[in-house]
Amino acid sequence: MAGIVGYGAYIPRYRIKVEEIAKVWGADAPSFKKGLMLREKSVPGPDQDVITISVEAARNAMKRAGVSGAKVGAIYVGSESHPYAVKPTGTAVAEVIGAVNDCHCADLSFACKAGSEGMFLAYGLVKSGEVEYAMGIGSDTSQGAPGDALEYSAAAGGAAFLMGLKNVVAEVECQYSFMSDTPDFWRREYMHYPRHGGRFTGDMAYFKHVRGGVEGILKKAKGKPRDFKYAVFHQPNGKFPMKMAKDLGFSDEQMKTGLLVPTLGNTYSGASPLGLSAILDEAKPGDRILMCSFGSGAGSDAFIFTCTRELPKVQGKAKKTRDYLDTNPFYLDYGTYVKFRRKIRKNVED
Amino acid sequence: MITPAIVRRNTPHRYRMEAQKCAACGKVFFPPRLVCTCGSRKFKAYALPSEGKVITHTVIRTAPRGFGDEAPYCMGIVELKDGSRVLCQIADCEPHRLKVGLQVTIEFRKIQEAGESGVIAYGYKAVPER
Repeated sequence: MAGIVGYGAYIPRYRIKVEEIAKVWGADAPSFKKGLMLREKSVPGPDQDVITISVEAARNAMKRAGVSGAKVGAIYVGSESHPYAVKPTGTAVAEVIGAVNDCHCADLSFACKAGSEGMFLAYGLVKSGEVEYAMGIGSDTSQGAPGDALEYSAAAGGAAFLMGLKNVVAEVECQYSFMSDTPDFWRREYMHYPRHGGRFTGDMAYFKHVRGGVEGILKKAKGKPRDFKYAVFHQPNGKFPMKMAKDLGFSDEQMKTGLLVPTLGNTYSGASPLGLSAILDEAKPGDRILMCSFGSGAGSDAFIFTCTRELPKVQGKAKKTRDYLDTNPFYLDYGTYVKFRRKIRKNVED
Repeated sequence: MITPAIVRRNTPHRYRMEAQKCAACGKVFFPPRLVCTCGSRKFKAYALPSEGKVITHTVIRTAPRGFGDEAPYCMGIVELKDGSRVLCQIADCEPHRLKVGLQVTIEFRKIQEAGESGVIAYGYKAVPER
């Protein structure tokens, strides 16, 4: 059965606390922390972007898979923050892992579910026998306008999943997608920052589509929430996925391993893939995982994975997600943060 | 000045840390060269390891054009696990933490941009182990 043969995560080392952002804008940090269930977020270094994050996540996935890059026949990178408007991110990833030249490559976008789109395509190609191995990556250096609520959560990170048929560590048992044309969050061409519909992003967007994805896959798989050891949903903040879980009948225990957002922030296309990678770091053979992404615009991709006896053999072959998240972070003040994120307007050098 | 041709030409060693091993005497060169010190012109591609330690270092406080926003930043020679030595930036490292023997890993990072609309050059930097 087709599934994940290698997975990898990457999270930059820099962090900024909610209090540091709130004090600049005269906002009430405790209410943001309580309302969003968010304490701090990751920030990309000045020399990091979606290409560098995708490469590091892909390298970790390849270390775990232990296969030659030349066997990877397709690479898909989903993101809202590709460094180039025209020129792919995936070609750089392919060069680094040695997947050139016999490789199909594309960059994807669908707000925060672009990463799970890549996983879906990679899985489909492998399952059909079109390619031996295919990689799906979700990665972002998320944008949030200064002073906007998104600035407290928009973070950086990514995860990569190599799909294959041999030595599968987590089989894809079932997949289901749910979508509608819902303008809850968007970024027009040439705009630096996205805009959103405020409260409209809740019931009509996130909750409707995650519910649609989860209920749809449970119906397809003839399953119930209690059948799963772990569940991970898109996590724009801490509150949304936990409320969704409660409404759908999932427990805090099922959610806690994949819930990274309180200290990571919202890594957009990387959010549910990073949650999945954190779960795979801890899961045991036989454990079942339900993952459901969400992308504004709007839609969700749901997967059911079953971990195999191969999983424990690869967990220690690359740095774990929590190692990146919890070990020796560097905290930034707001001034350094806006410099790193290039929010300061400067004269162009000659 | 970064150009598309330079970026492309540097891809094997900048992206994959691809060195050359002399087919005659086994000596490793990074970045690649055309002729070995033994006179041989036959080389095989050789991927350098990604872990090592800092053996000497300095801090750049007056940066060249294009790197001013990064100053002060750390540079060093890193001895990799196979004994190869590479000169590179040491990123995610405050200057006061820089020391001989610092354990580092090689990560893929942005090196330079040809202005706001030009190509972006990527490559390797060392970062302190987390």
